[in-house]
Amino acid sequence: MKEIDQFTRKLNTEEDTRALGLEIAYALEPGDVVALIGDLGTGKTALTKYIAEGLGITEEINSPTFTIVKEYRSGRLPLYHFDVYRLGSGEELLDIGAEEMLDGDGVCVIEWADIVADVLPDDALAVQLAYGENEGERTAEFL
Amino acid sequence: MKNGHFLTLGIETSCDETAASVVADGRFVMSNVISSQIDIHTAYGGVVPEIASRKHLERVNDVIGKALDDAGVSAKDIDLIGVTYGPGLVGALLIGVAAAKAMAYACDIPLVGVNHMHGHIAANYLEHHELEPPFMALIVSGGHTEIVNVPEYNKCEKLGGTRDDAAGEAFDKVARVIGLGYPGGPKIDRAAKEGDKDSIAFKRVYLEHGSLDFSFSGLKTQALNYLNQQRQAGREINVNDVAASFQEAVVEVIADKAVMAAEKYGQKRIVMAGGVASNSRLRALMEEKAGAKGIDVLKPSPVLCTDNGAMIASAAYYAFRAGEKPDLELDAIPGLEF
Repeated sequence: MKEIDQFTRKLNTEEDTRALGLEIAYALEPGDVVALIGDLGTGKTALTKYIAEGLGITEEINSPTFTIVKEYRSGRLPLYHFDVYRLGSGEELLDIGAEEMLDGDGVCVIEWADIVADVLPDDALAVQLAYGENEGERTAEFL
Repeated sequence: MKNGHFLTLGIETSCDETAASVVADGRFVMSNVISSQIDIHTAYGGVVPEIASRKHLERVNDVIGKALDDAGVSAKDIDLIGVTYGPGLVGALLIGVAAAKAMAYACDIPLVGVNHMHGHIAANYLEHHELEPPFMALIVSGGHTEIVNVPEYNKCEKLGGTRDDAAGEAFDKVARVIGLGYPGGPKIDRAAKEGDKDSIAFKRVYLEHGSLDFSFSGLKTQALNYLNQQRQAGREINVNDVAASFQEAVVEVIADKAVMAAEKYGQKRIVMAGGVASNSRLRALMEEKAGAKGIDVLKPSPVLCTDNGAMIASAAYYAFRAGEKPDLELDAIPGLEF
């Protein structure tokens, strides 16, 4: 992964979220893992959409909660978009065959990554999303 | 073939359920076995998804065996095997596809792959024996919110879908934050009956003019904001009112867009499919809004709304009849489109 300035971002508008997504996408290399952590509604899927845009992916990115992972191949690198909300542990993530995606030809973006933290690589880029001071505002902190 | 009827075995393992069914002549359910219904004693009570491939592997042979037994037939009576080959989770799909291929090869039965979404639509052929295309289909479930034009059997044109969360997913997530728990859809449906749907003004999200797409993520955030504001102000939260108002905001947009699609394409019928098609308020509102335009609404019984093998058998039957070539080289395609 190329270097990213790891200061805490204020995401006051959709455009701020987009800028962060594009910045992360630019830094990504094959085998990289982005671990997104944050409550319901803090913008994990939204940030993923912009990471996908930055990778040049043209398909519609929608929530993979139901099938746990969706795969997109129209960009600069393959994107494996996980949402592990319904899983109970890292072991369950490996049970569905995630190992070859985590260590694969593409990049993984994982929503609710704290649930499966025990099986993620040490060098994963962990981003904590949280509600900001005012309605509509969010913050993104690198962990 | 048994007693002059063409028998199709349908196998479904795309996500949480291991399921198999025998269907006669593409329309009549002879057996319908769904693993989560047999194994009611699982340690997790069905809350933890059984998406693990090994869970499907442990069950698939028993489920197929039970489907044949329940139908009172044996493998040699089966004329066609249909199996879901996408969309879904790759490991889960592979188990069903491998089991179907092995059986097709060993028993010399033709095998066709079925798109899971075509299966959901075909569930209506099992419920409504006279139903034939053309019609408009509305598929609403935990993973999908889609409007599909169906000009003929197994021909599907997707007109719109969700841009973020599926309707069922939005129900599950909001149910969790208001403490109703899992499964969210039925729980919200029940709570909403005791609540006032006009008590909270959640904004309906229709997107661009004429769009048949959906977006429920913002509505989820609206609900969260409302709960936070109430808590900060120290006001009591009426869970039934939140459930009713939230549900109304979801189903009103779905019903409006489904009716809009039917009108635009000149369809006189809308068929509903998927787990959320069981939602009582969506059913009522669909009938009200479609009825006002002279459009009929059809829906399958709840057991055919959720993932099952019978719908796969029906879709396979019509694909085979339309001349689809049997394929022993079939592979799972997780990202399969319509």
